[in-house]
Amino acid sequence: MKRFFESEFFYNYRKSFSAVFGSVIIFLALVIGLIGPFVVPQNPYDQKQTDLSNAYLPPMWEEEGRAEFPLGTDGQGRDMLSVIVYGSRISLLIGISVTVISCVIGTFLGVFAGYKGGKTDSFIMRVADIQLSFPSMLIALFIMAIFGSGIEKLIVTLSFVGWVMFARTIRGETLSVKNQEYIQAAHVLGYSDWRILFRHVLPNVTTPLIVLFTNKIGNVILTEASLSFLGVGVPVTQPSLGLLVKNGFDVLFSGLWWVSLLPGLYIMLLVFGINLLGDFLKDELNPQLN
Amino acid sequence: MIRFIIRRFFQMILVLFIVSLMVFLLSSFTGDPVYMLLPPDATLEEIADMRILLGLDKPLYVQYAIFLQNILKGDFGNSYVYNKPALGLILERMPATMEVVAVSTIITILIALPLGVFAGSNPKSTGSKSIMFGSLIGISLPSFLVGMLLIYLFSVTLGWLPTSGRSIPAITASGKKTYFTINELRHVLLPSITLALGQVAMLIRLLKAGLQETMQKDFIKFAKSKGVSRRNIVFGHALRNALTSTITVFGLSIGDLIAFTTITETIFAWPGMGRLLLTSINVSDRPVIIVYIMVVSVIFVVINFFVDILYTVIDPRIKLN
Repeated sequence: MKRFFESEFFYNYRKSFSAVFGSVIIFLALVIGLIGPFVVPQNPYDQKQTDLSNAYLPPMWEEEGRAEFPLGTDGQGRDMLSVIVYGSRISLLIGISVTVISCVIGTFLGVFAGYKGGKTDSFIMRVADIQLSFPSMLIALFIMAIFGSGIEKLIVTLSFVGWVMFARTIRGETLSVKNQEYIQAAHVLGYSDWRILFRHVLPNVTTPLIVLFTNKIGNVILTEASLSFLGVGVPVTQPSLGLLVKNGFDVLFSGLWWVSLLPGLYIMLLVFGINLLGDFLKDELNPQLN
Repeated sequence: MIRFIIRRFFQMILVLFIVSLMVFLLSSFTGDPVYMLLPPDATLEEIADMRILLGLDKPLYVQYAIFLQNILKGDFGNSYVYNKPALGLILERMPATMEVVAVSTIITILIALPLGVFAGSNPKSTGSKSIMFGSLIGISLPSFLVGMLLIYLFSVTLGWLPTSGRSIPAITASGKKTYFTINELRHVLLPSITLALGQVAMLIRLLKAGLQETMQKDFIKFAKSKGVSRRNIVFGHALRNALTSTITVFGLSIGDLIAFTTITETIFAWPGMGRLLLTSINVSDRPVIIVYIMVVSVIFVVINFFVDILYTVIDPRIKLN
């Protein structure tokens, strides 16, 4: 741990305003997601706590706003702040779990393909190529359109389209690692293929993995938001930020901007924070560009 | 070259075949269209008749063979909702979608190319840093939010531009169609900007990364030491090399553009294929969904095909195999 804090990497991180700023946003978003429901004024999905007569109140800094609803209310009289906090939990849950699943599957297939070579390699990569020639959002849209909305379905679908980038990158890295002398040495020592894969190859391909992982979370959150905005993502009963934007879209034309634009801006801020950190990691861990 | 083209052509057919198989399997696993077509109080006999009419009584592989045969004849069946050939419905709306895609591609290239080249050739300057910061915001913005912000600003608050719809080419008294009128431009502007923004940000980042990497290569150092002017180095030597990777990704991103028209067209009530797809999804109009997938797949496969060829034109070192 001490070695990490004294490293050049950590020094550059502290010096980089955007990286620290991005991390703060991510940290706050995670905290809000974890403890938010215990802090916010109401549970927006408990009908006893909401009152239809409070519908469409503007944020508190506007003329008719009230202090008890700091960010205003939606058409059901729900407090926007509470709605956004609850929605962000679902967005984060999907973003993180999809990234973890596609990372595990993609890395496994990528290392395997690169290490094995031959027919296994060309089969996996052919599948990846075909899948990559279609926009991932469109594939996800088709699958969700056919199977219907749902959080689990969304996680499975987005992981299904998400593994490709991991597999391709990791395969490339594996190819460059596998002919190194220390791998040959491991072969000579008679280690099994699996042991070489997990103990020797995998640790040496983790750097691009970190960069890819960070950027993927932001990407998944955006894709999920888009699908939910189109109405084929999360179910109506468990709205993510994207679905909140969709719900408020109709009243945007009458000037009730906060119902849709506030959750939208929260998505943007969240993804921006992730991208700031991702950008820093990319520059820092990619020595080619220094 | 000819051999390469022929081989890629057969690959295209293979991919489309796989897509058709996937589409067929996926759609046959989900819901029975019979119940969507018949009233809820239909008798068992009516249901059985409908199954025979739709060919659903036959085994799956026979159904697929029929499906494939019909596709090759260009017959995708009728839309359940409009009761018109589904292919016609999609093709009718294609020009509207292509219009937004084309305009936003032009916007993307006009903005991203100069900014990206500038950022890539002066990576340490303040200008470059602000461009990169802007592009980072650009890739963090969900495209529906861009559309909504634009609507709120230019249509609801300022009232300068229409909120939605497309102005159809009118026919003037002399019988000529008027294309590209001011009114049409006013309608297409906001959807195109919405669609273009993410692409602009992405293309800038790609170009910058590509150029910055190329500028450190030995042949650039050599050109510098030979006294080649900076302008010549960037445009004559570096850009061409940086473009190869950019073009692949940009070619693929035209596919993304088509995917995102579903969102843009929904927001701006633009009468294109994307909006038709969504309304069809909402009412489970399966033939239309299938045609959309097939038509869009053909577009993607063709784009990839041309990107591959363009690739070799820009970088002759790439062998065609």
